[in-house]
Amino acid sequence: MSPLLPAGPAAARIADLTYVIFGLAAVVFIVVESLLLFAVLRFRRAQVSSEPKQIYGNAPLEAVWTAVPALILAVLLAFTLRTMSAVAGPARAAPAQGAADAIQVIGHQWWWEVRYPGAQISTANEIHIAVGQPVHVDVSSTDVIHSFWVPQLQGKIDVIPGRINATWLQADRPGVYRGQCAEFCGDQHARMALLVVADPADQFSAWLEAQQQPAAPPTDPQAQQGVQVFARVGCITCHTIRWGSTGAGGTRGPDLTHVGNRRTLAAGTLPNTPGTMAGWIANPQALKPGSDMPNLNLNGDDLQALLALLEGLR
Amino acid sequence: MAATAELPTVKPLTLSRPRAIVDWLSTIDHKVIGLSYVTTAFIFFLLGGIEALLIRTQLVVPDGQLLDPRAYNQVFTMHGTTMVFLFGMPVLTGFGNYAVPLQIGARDMAFPRLNAFGYWAFLLGGLFLYASFLLGAAPNGGWFAYVPLTGPTYSPGINMDFWALGIIFLGMSTVAAAINFVVTIMALRAQGMTPFRMPLFVWTILVTACLMIIAIPPLSGAATLLELDRRFGTHFFDAQGGGDPLLWQHLFWNFGHPEVYILILPAMGMVSEILPVFSRKPIFGYAAVATSTVAIGFISVTVWAHHMFAVGLPLVAQGFFATSTVVIAVPTAVKIFNWIGTIWGGKVLLRPPFLFAAGFVAQFIIGGLSGVMVATVPFDWQAEDTYFVVAHLHYVLIGGTVFGTLAGFHYWLPKMTGRMLDERLGTLTFWLTFVGLNLAFFPMHISGLLGMPRRVYTYPPGLGWELPNFISTLGAYILGLAILAFVYNVVRSLYVGEPAGDDPWDAWTLEWATSSPPPPHNFHRLPPVLSARPLWDLKRRGRPRGEAPDWIEPAESGDPVCPSHWPLVVALGLALLFAALLVSPVWAFAGGLMCVAGIVGWTWPAAPEPGA
Repeated sequence: MSPLLPAGPAAARIADLTYVIFGLAAVVFIVVESLLLFAVLRFRRAQVSSEPKQIYGNAPLEAVWTAVPALILAVLLAFTLRTMSAVAGPARAAPAQGAADAIQVIGHQWWWEVRYPGAQISTANEIHIAVGQPVHVDVSSTDVIHSFWVPQLQGKIDVIPGRINATWLQADRPGVYRGQCAEFCGDQHARMALLVVADPADQFSAWLEAQQQPAAPPTDPQAQQGVQVFARVGCITCHTIRWGSTGAGGTRGPDLTHVGNRRTLAAGTLPNTPGTMAGWIANPQALKPGSDMPNLNLNGDDLQALLALLEGLR
Repeated sequence: MAATAELPTVKPLTLSRPRAIVDWLSTIDHKVIGLSYVTTAFIFFLLGGIEALLIRTQLVVPDGQLLDPRAYNQVFTMHGTTMVFLFGMPVLTGFGNYAVPLQIGARDMAFPRLNAFGYWAFLLGGLFLYASFLLGAAPNGGWFAYVPLTGPTYSPGINMDFWALGIIFLGMSTVAAAINFVVTIMALRAQGMTPFRMPLFVWTILVTACLMIIAIPPLSGAATLLELDRRFGTHFFDAQGGGDPLLWQHLFWNFGHPEVYILILPAMGMVSEILPVFSRKPIFGYAAVATSTVAIGFISVTVWAHHMFAVGLPLVAQGFFATSTVVIAVPTAVKIFNWIGTIWGGKVLLRPPFLFAAGFVAQFIIGGLSGVMVATVPFDWQAEDTYFVVAHLHYVLIGGTVFGTLAGFHYWLPKMTGRMLDERLGTLTFWLTFVGLNLAFFPMHISGLLGMPRRVYTYPPGLGWELPNFISTLGAYILGLAILAFVYNVVRSLYVGEPAGDDPWDAWTLEWATSSPPPPHNFHRLPPVLSARPLWDLKRRGRPRGEAPDWIEPAESGDPVCPSHWPLVVALGLALLFAALLVSPVWAFAGGLMCVAGIVGWTWPAAPEPGA
């Protein structure tokens, strides 16, 4: 998750700048600390019997050590301003309305909603992009301030209620890049991660098409029972499963239409396996205290039915 | 020292004296108030340190179980709030209180009763904030309290009411102290002490006080708006009601960045006092060090939005704030070179005050460099809100403020108590602090660059964050040991420390021209001030030059010198008012009445002295 292991052009430009400033800082550090250490060691005394020569200053020398840092800083500033426009520039150009390469990321306490307006889908905590393709991202928040940050691809942009901020992502090689909320946003700020999955263009298109499909009605009886449980115990008040055209449900929590395909649960808290899914549904407050997902105190049968349903939603 | 050898020594304030507590409650002596500030702030420092150790213990391994998120968020919020508002500012105010009147040759601060009020408001404001722990409702929205997380919807408990009201209360204390400093330094300097003969510590306190007067009102205003949003249904920060969450950030950082310099400038002043004395040379380039202090003060009010590079400001604005932030590094660099120039060619005595002062310079270089790094906007888009910034700010605030403060303690405690600290223990404290600081905070640069965000109560394994976090925790415990060694040294010195004498360091500024501790009226008489080093002139040149008077009189303060309990009454009234605002406005009215009564008593003209 290091910004110094960039996987896209924006992060690469920032990493280049980082190496320049680290190089300059290292030189300054070594020179100044050496001067200090040398002065202390060279001029130390166990006892002082007579006073040293009283020197009150030296104007030319002081002018030099004012000018030299100013020059170094001016160079650094030039690098900074150049990198700034290269990194942030593309985000300022608004994409065409509903363009397929624009996505919306919406911060919630404590998960990320990801919408592809062009494809009219909504998913959670996982952004899929095509390798080599710059993607415009509009970020907004429904509650408090979050910060959207995928360090290997791009610097952070704050996610502020009442505003839409813009950034862009581009990955130059396939991979899964972890991101995490970077602005303190309450109890579970620590557990608000997301993944950016960069796939070759054809795989990305296949993924997008699959996500657009409604959920397949379950054939397995346990999963069919799960559909009943999903409505009866209240999951449906916050979560949506799109069944054909009839899919209804709440939008407070993630859309679960394809939850079985996601890599993680609870915003990157757990890998998505049947075991972790069971643990999460059975006791979300133990894994992520303070989150909106309540302990439903499900009996074993209901839990198994729900699991069968959710695992089938691929 | 010869000048005051004939003076009687004065016993330090001890609690064994009858009526000691009653005297303390009505004292207006800047030295007693200064010591009270320093002691109280240090106790808060210990509390903040315990909070730091809780944080580090929670984070020593991934998925730590010591604190749940609700507890963790209270602890880290109170750690930041404590270290800034209850340790950093008051401890420096305390040193300023003690040292400034002595260094400028005055009898007291300009407004001794206002001074007492400042202390009582600080003490009660601190107790007010900490009372929240008794209710299990300590502030939990971060010391920066970003809305809307801290607003009524997302923080419905009284946690953040404690914070907002406590901050308003403490702001009154700070502004009172700051105005007093400015007037004292402007009006009460000894005859001959022109601005460019003032001790550099006085310069830094003057600039700091001006910054406090500029920086605290935006914070108090913002906290008031927050409390109105929380309690009275206004929408200053509510986007849905037409408010703006970024308004909070602008107001907060209008306070918050000058605040950083409020916390560092007086420490720089201490270093500028101590390095020369222990190098046996005057400061190199006095004028440059003094004017760079003023320059830092001015520029520091133009840099606030560098805390907001990720909020989506226009690029031109970000460029402006990057530039102003980079510019402030120039006067800072000048100071560092002048300090090295001071040591250069001197005869350096590696005694504890010098060690801490030189350690300050060594650490501050690191904090300064990482500060320039985070000023480069694109790097900040990656580093902001990660542990890299935690590393940076602790190099500045521990390497800077705490090292400076420890230098100040080792330098001035003999003056305050009349007894020396143990030098071997002092040296041990220095090395423990030095090692602890670097072990605790250097690895945070790494964990930050590995992508670890700040303010997380836990983190998952497998991201490479385990080792740096483990080392950081180890370093934090070593810092804890260092502070224990220091506390032991101070307590030991109070009982068995060597008597200090008037001038243990053979120093040059006026505080060393009186006894240790000084008498209540500070000076019987003063040497004339003919340079920035009046005692040097006195000692090295013998009697002052013929054109100057042999001895001069210290300046009197503006208040009557008799003790007064009215400042405490006003502060108690405010405490009642703020506490009542948490529960019932009726009692707030009572608190307000008590304040008014206190102010009437305070300003009631004293009966004319008989015969006057």
